[in-house]
Amino acid sequence: MDATWLILSWDPALIEIIGLSLRVTFTSVLIACVFGLPLGAAAGAFRFGGRVVVTVVLNALMGLPPVVVGLVVYLLLSASGPLGPLGLLYTPKAMIIAQTLLVTPLVAALTKDVIEALNQEYAEQFASLGVGPGARMAALLWDGRFSLLTVALAGFGRAVAEVGAVIIVGGNINHVTRVMTTSIALETSRGNLDLALALGIVLLTLAIGVNAALMAVRGAAARAAYV
Amino acid sequence: MSAPLIETRGLGFRAGGRALIAEMDLSIRGARRTVVLGANGAGKSLLLRLLHGLLRPSTGRILWQGRPLDRAARACQAMVFQTPVMMRRSALGNLRFALAAHGLSRAAARTRAEAALEDAGLEARAAHPARLLSGGEQQRLALARALALAPEILFLDEPTASLDQASTLAIETQITAASRRGVTVVLVTHDIGQARRLGDDALFLSEGRLVEAGPAAALLDAPRSPEAEAWVTGRVYLP
Repeated sequence: MDATWLILSWDPALIEIIGLSLRVTFTSVLIACVFGLPLGAAAGAFRFGGRVVVTVVLNALMGLPPVVVGLVVYLLLSASGPLGPLGLLYTPKAMIIAQTLLVTPLVAALTKDVIEALNQEYAEQFASLGVGPGARMAALLWDGRFSLLTVALAGFGRAVAEVGAVIIVGGNINHVTRVMTTSIALETSRGNLDLALALGIVLLTLAIGVNAALMAVRGAAARAAYV
Repeated sequence: MSAPLIETRGLGFRAGGRALIAEMDLSIRGARRTVVLGANGAGKSLLLRLLHGLLRPSTGRILWQGRPLDRAARACQAMVFQTPVMMRRSALGNLRFALAAHGLSRAAARTRAEAALEDAGLEARAAHPARLLSGGEQQRLALARALALAPEILFLDEPTASLDQASTLAIETQITAASRRGVTVVLVTHDIGQARRLGDDALFLSEGRLVEAGPAAALLDAPRSPEAEAWVTGRVYLP
């Protein structure tokens, strides 16, 4: 069975793996955006004590090695860990937790850069209008929405391609925690190159598709000078 | 003579170890148009930002109707910048945001924003992205946004600096109409013709100091200070 046929025939095993990958990735990116966008926006829009420290930490965490995150989450969720009683280890939830920890600093740091630049442009006008902190942050996030789509995409890219953390906390269990990247690693080691290649093609197509969609949205926004 | 709406006592502002505004005592009367004149770097834009509360004075005081300039006083003011700041929204969206920031309800903000666009002759541009408007339209929108807040005083920092004659005329018409409604106008300009057309009173600044103040016509026709005389006649002032 070759890779193309596996894709065209909607092979159930392939679909299951893709479905779980997307569920884990989109959920972790969504959670990362819920926390990362306001955190990054606050760091970009407001002057406060420790702002430099926050910036340095966020930038440093952007390059966090996935296996380290995997190890930390593993220790937290393992039977002897503080969150062991929750029974989350080797479940998709554990993979979502690990990916969220990986993606949140990236989203926050990139959001900070976007919002900081926008805030510099708007700061005097906001001060003149007497815009309060909450309204300021909401306005900056809204006006930066198209640039922030790129931030979310960067988060998606990191999450969907991630293998080190999810294999540690997910265990790559068939029908339970097997996602595209861990499957590719496993099937390649087994010599089952058709499935590995099929998953690789799907992963690449997904990345290109999401990028193309985003570029279309940003292009439309740019034509309206909303970027 | 009416009591001043806004005045400064010993106003000073320092940055980078230099006094950019020094020992400035001035008063601006209500319901009048005051033009602020002077060469580049005289401190005109800086003065406007201080009067509007965007910058904190290093020394001295700013009084609003005899009381210190506070948050409530600042809510009675509006400012238009030389380069209009247009948010990434429609023309109407820009106005609605400003009005919402001033505490108007969603419905009231929409009604007033639409009326302001109509006053500025921009009603056909309501749904247009503000940043795609022409330079003149953007500045008219910025002025409409400021006037929609119903300010007692309007600070204008060279609002027509880079505009053509038609756009300049449109802006001046908006300013005159606002003035007729009782809005106090403080306008920074390099344009002597505009200063003559719009100015009731004039302040002349040089190197961060107020060197001359009085009726605009008198200051422009017969300046008393050598700095103002050099500026009016288009010469470089060399102390």
